[in-house]
Amino acid sequence: MTVILNQSFTGISIGAVLLLIALGLTLTFGQMGVINMAHGEFIMAGAYTTYVLQKSISSAGVSLLVALPVAFLVAGAMGALLEWLLIRRLYTRPLDTLLVTWGVSLMLQQLARDVFGAPNVQTAAPDVLTGNISLGGGVTFASSRLFILGLALLSVLALTLILKLTPLGRRIRAVVQNRDLAEVSGIATGRVDRVTFFIGSGLAGVAGVALTLVGPIGPTMGTNYIVDAFLVVVVGGIGQLKGSVITAFALGVLQSVLEYSTTVSVAKVIVLVAIVAFLQWRPQGLYTLRTRSLA
Amino acid sequence: MSGLSISRRGLLAGISAIGASATLSACGAKTGSDTSSGSAATADTSGDTVKVGLLNSLSGTMAISEVTVHNSLLLAIKEINAAGGVLGKKLKPISQDGASDWPTFAEKAEALITDDKVVATFGCWTSASRKAVKPVFERYKSLLFYPVQYEGLEQSPYIFYIGATTNQQIVPALDYLKKQGLTKLYLVGSDYVFPRTANKIIKAYAKANGMEVVGEDYAPLGSTEFGTIVNKVKDSGADAVFNTLNGDSNVAFFKEYKSSGLTAKSMPVLSVSIAEEEVKSIGTQYLEDQLTAWNYYETTPGAANTKFVAAYQAAYGKDKPTSDPMEAAYISVYLWKEMVEKAGSFDVAKVKAASDGIELDAPEGKVTVDGVTQHVYKTARIGKVGSDGLITEVWNSGKPIKPDPYLKGYSWASGLS
Repeated sequence: MTVILNQSFTGISIGAVLLLIALGLTLTFGQMGVINMAHGEFIMAGAYTTYVLQKSISSAGVSLLVALPVAFLVAGAMGALLEWLLIRRLYTRPLDTLLVTWGVSLMLQQLARDVFGAPNVQTAAPDVLTGNISLGGGVTFASSRLFILGLALLSVLALTLILKLTPLGRRIRAVVQNRDLAEVSGIATGRVDRVTFFIGSGLAGVAGVALTLVGPIGPTMGTNYIVDAFLVVVVGGIGQLKGSVITAFALGVLQSVLEYSTTVSVAKVIVLVAIVAFLQWRPQGLYTLRTRSLA
Repeated sequence: MSGLSISRRGLLAGISAIGASATLSACGAKTGSDTSSGSAATADTSGDTVKVGLLNSLSGTMAISEVTVHNSLLLAIKEINAAGGVLGKKLKPISQDGASDWPTFAEKAEALITDDKVVATFGCWTSASRKAVKPVFERYKSLLFYPVQYEGLEQSPYIFYIGATTNQQIVPALDYLKKQGLTKLYLVGSDYVFPRTANKIIKAYAKANGMEVVGEDYAPLGSTEFGTIVNKVKDSGADAVFNTLNGDSNVAFFKEYKSSGLTAKSMPVLSVSIAEEEVKSIGTQYLEDQLTAWNYYETTPGAANTKFVAAYQAAYGKDKPTSDPMEAAYISVYLWKEMVEKAGSFDVAKVKAASDGIELDAPEGKVTVDGVTQHVYKTARIGKVGSDGLITEVWNSGKPIKPDPYLKGYSWASGLS
């Protein structure tokens, strides 16, 4: 029982990290059809923001809390800039966005190397997040993981509220469902695109802050997660928030259960095979968007 | 939205393109140009200076460790130059970045030998990088001085192994754990050659010495997800963890270890790849009281070490620690200098012939080169991480141990190589 509880928690916490990263992708890849390979570098930007803030604010707890909104703004601004400079010219050529953003991602990695140095760096976690919460009987939940889980759920909640309840959210959904119709209805689709990109990239920045609690910060840290995050979005159903949430946690738990009974690399292989099999059965993913568009 | 229908295929194309490029670079290590095979390197010793190659990861996951080795190599070269050089010639260091990528190491090694015409090369950290450059040094008959402890079972005529081999580090570490009554071990390592070979040796030792290996797990190099592995360790009922993780995976592992409630008291971790520099950057709070096995610590007593620590900190900063691989790198340049001076020549064959019995009063104590195995006699030391981030010795072997890379002196090790 202890094992099951501990393992489920580990799985859920892996899922929470995946979800934080996939959330932004659900917007930019799922809703806008842009394959943004630089998403991982926005994660890195968020992590380095945390590092810089910790250097200037001595208290680890305060700097972490300040880092969350600042990282959102920094990564969001980078995303909006990328959209304005390059991506908006490529909306009709989705495959080209892959190459362009991959190039941008390599440039950003090199930039980070030049600014922060090649060796990876670490931040100190606030004391409250270095321990764990014990439920007795050997069941322990790591505090940092609980924090990340909370952060992921809050982000989902915030994103859902924005999409469902705000005028901006209505406009985003309208553009996603039928861009031309939205345009003739008087929605400034270009601006909606940029704001969507800002939010999606900002969420990657928040994911970066969370990752500083797990491991080291380095120029290539985003690449560790980007493929898994794309898998979450594809399996969940492109553009489906609900699908991403379910898939992230399912993959996390599946991965950790398999890791427990086999080894890390075998578990990875089985998960990938399972994903391939799933996509054969349901190529459209877990959920699909019903639209009135003709495409 | 026609964009959406194409994007999954686009994504798969992208992922497979990246996968393909990764595979290409992984197996794209230069297997040698057909013209150069068998030819000896033509080191350039004609001028007032001779070039020496420094080959370390200055970027990537291993940079956390290898930059310090690079620094101490530069320090030794600077000191030797200040004292008049080697055979009257000043040394000119040529640095190459292996970038934590084994094929890159092989390429840069070849560049150092053929383009820069270095007289000797110092560097490499991971066994994977050493295995990648080994054929290059053997093909060009050029010398590599390797400064890090490794898994043994290797002996190249063109490599001098200045770090410990298994019987000078892992076997004494196992002896120590056994003496403490910690006989149930969990093995955690990075997924590449050193941890896998080291664990093979540990399992053979355990079987012959009444110890039990209750679990064994490998994480990809650079991996940062240790939740499940730590859960497995926790449930295994082990007395201690034998840690052969390399690079900054250790950061993630020890963070997870601490937050799961495991401590050095409840289940000590003995690490063979974490030295003072890593302790500092991982965070002392995660490592306090954990065990390490090395041949040298910053706190090792002796005049030679006091001088080395002072010189290093004068060059790189008062707060910079020194570590075992740094010390081995530092003395590797001096050992090479002694060999060259005894040989009276930079010629590789003559240097090799002169190597046997070369002695040095090193920061770690007396070291002697064994000309047969091209390894070094070294004292084994077990240490404990203190709250100040320094490691203090809790046990040592008393005298330098003769290197035995193939563990010929241990009956349980027969059949390992």
